[in-house]
Amino acid sequence: MNNDREARRPSATELDRRAFRRRQNTRSVIISLVSTIIFAVVIWLAVVNSPGWQQVQNSFFNWDTIVQAFPRVGEGLWLNIRVLFYATIGVAVLAFIIAIMRTLRGPVFFPLRALAAGYTDLFRGMPLIIVLYLVGFGIPGLNLFGRMPLEFWGTIALVTTYSAYVAEVFRAGIESVHPSQRLAARSLGLSYAKTLRLVVMPQAIRKVTPALMNDFIAMQKDVGLISVLGAVDAVRAAQIETAAAFNFSPYVLAGLLFVLLSLPMIRISDWYTGRLRRREQMGALV
Amino acid sequence: MTPQANTSRRGSEPAVVRVENVYKSFGDTDVLRGITLAIDHHEVVALIGKSGSGKSTLLRCINLLEQVDDGQIFLDDKELTDPLVKQDDVRSHIGIVFQQYNLFPHMTVVDNVALANRHVFKKGKHEARDEARALLERIGLGDKANEYPDRLSGGQQQRAAIVRAIATNPRVLLLDEVTSALDPELVGEVLDLIRELKQTGVTIVMATHEMNFARDVADRVAFLDDGVILEQGPAKQVLTTPREARTREYLKRFNAAH
Ligand SMILES: Nc1ncnc2c1ncn2[C@@H]1O[C@H](COP(=O)(O)OP(=O)(O)OP(=O)(O)O)[C@@H](O)[C@H]1O
Ligand SMILES: [Mg+2]
Repeated sequence: MNNDREARRPSATELDRRAFRRRQNTRSVIISLVSTIIFAVVIWLAVVNSPGWQQVQNSFFNWDTIVQAFPRVGEGLWLNIRVLFYATIGVAVLAFIIAIMRTLRGPVFFPLRALAAGYTDLFRGMPLIIVLYLVGFGIPGLNLFGRMPLEFWGTIALVTTYSAYVAEVFRAGIESVHPSQRLAARSLGLSYAKTLRLVVMPQAIRKVTPALMNDFIAMQKDVGLISVLGAVDAVRAAQIETAAAFNFSPYVLAGLLFVLLSLPMIRISDWYTGRLRRREQMGALV
Repeated sequence: MTPQANTSRRGSEPAVVRVENVYKSFGDTDVLRGITLAIDHHEVVALIGKSGSGKSTLLRCINLLEQVDDGQIFLDDKELTDPLVKQDDVRSHIGIVFQQYNLFPHMTVVDNVALANRHVFKKGKHEARDEARALLERIGLGDKANEYPDRLSGGQQQRAAIVRAIATNPRVLLLDEVTSALDPELVGEVLDLIRELKQTGVTIVMATHEMNFARDVADRVAFLDDGVILEQGPAKQVLTTPREARTREYLKRFNAAH
């Protein structure tokens, strides 16, 4: 079959069509390239020639200040990365538990379902910054635990808020798996837990991976908010450096570092979503 | 045991499955209203009856996917409807295949077939896979073993689902209209597989609308009507010279429509 396909020469019409499409493609690429460049140059000229540019450049893009601030801001970013790491694990576990609680069937589980529903309603509505204040300043005030570092409470607050979002994503995924899949699994003798682990969750997670990646990218930025508790993360370090140098460049540095941190995940997420789309080939042309 | 349970059964050997006076309703609909049926070892029983007569419900009750409202079901003289019985354990000894959506789309065909042996019967990964592969070879799906189910035709998917259901050597195989979601040209290969299973001695209870197939393959046909088994007996007899007027009427209508 493959040989047939290679051996057959395309008709003249098809060759014409292909040449036409190629020309069209080249033209589109050139047009978009040129218009992008023109747009960038215009913006650039407008900014550089603006009356305040010299001053802005000095206070936001000062290379010496950036170099000077780098060690501390970098160290701060390392704290953000560690918080992100633990928060991700915490969110995965807590969100999974809440999602399972919300999908339990039967009147016996009503209290659990209600609890889980209340939790997601509460923490999806509450601004993260308020959760940070409440957790970071409120819970230590109870004096129940020994002294914990500030970033610990920051991590707890992130987990609290993001679990509410991610639980809803998980739940949507679980409910998107056709009920007969559970039936088929249980009929093989698999227990409830094994059905969940081997049949339901793998399908659910596959379906919601793009949404999960999105939440992860959002959390990657929001780890910067633990600075409001006083933890010396990248943002807080930049603040300190800014105060010392009377110059805002450390903030720009911290911002760029956050962007760099999130780039790999953004690319992976795009690639994965694209792959999912390509796999559903029907309608790929439109 | 009610005397009715023994009509048209062959031997004195104990039945593999015994359904006794089973009731089941959903809300206000009484679906099963005292079903009594016994299935012997190596026997193939076809359940017929009009849509909504409760064929699927009966099969699902046997597999404990539904809870009966009254009556008892036995598997090899062990009562399944006893609340103390381990349900997962029972289900692992009864195979069931539905109309569709049987295979798990995120696993290859061979992993689908090996799943229960691996995770219920705790066989090693390689052992379970090798057995699954051998079974797939035997029914001519060897070359599809490593494919994902969405790459298979509907008929191939149903054959794989049937093989998955028998991979653990269940005591009985329940088939719920396994061909009715298939394109007509794919029905044959699935029926051929069921025929083959009968040859190897698998005990089968099948709900079906394929009357010709039931006549060919089933040892016994049971006609479900109004929540009870109105008539049962040797396949040819029930399908060609039914005793009950309602069976005659059903078959006549059925033949007219097909
Ligand atoms: N889970 C359920 N909840 C409510 N009603 C149900 C449920 N399952 C089945 N029923 C009802 O029970 C009756 C019997 O259904 P069942 O599926 O057993 O019939 P069937 O003989 O298999 O029909 P078919 O030939 O169409 O498959 C129907 O009236 C159906 O609507
Ligand atoms: Mg049915």
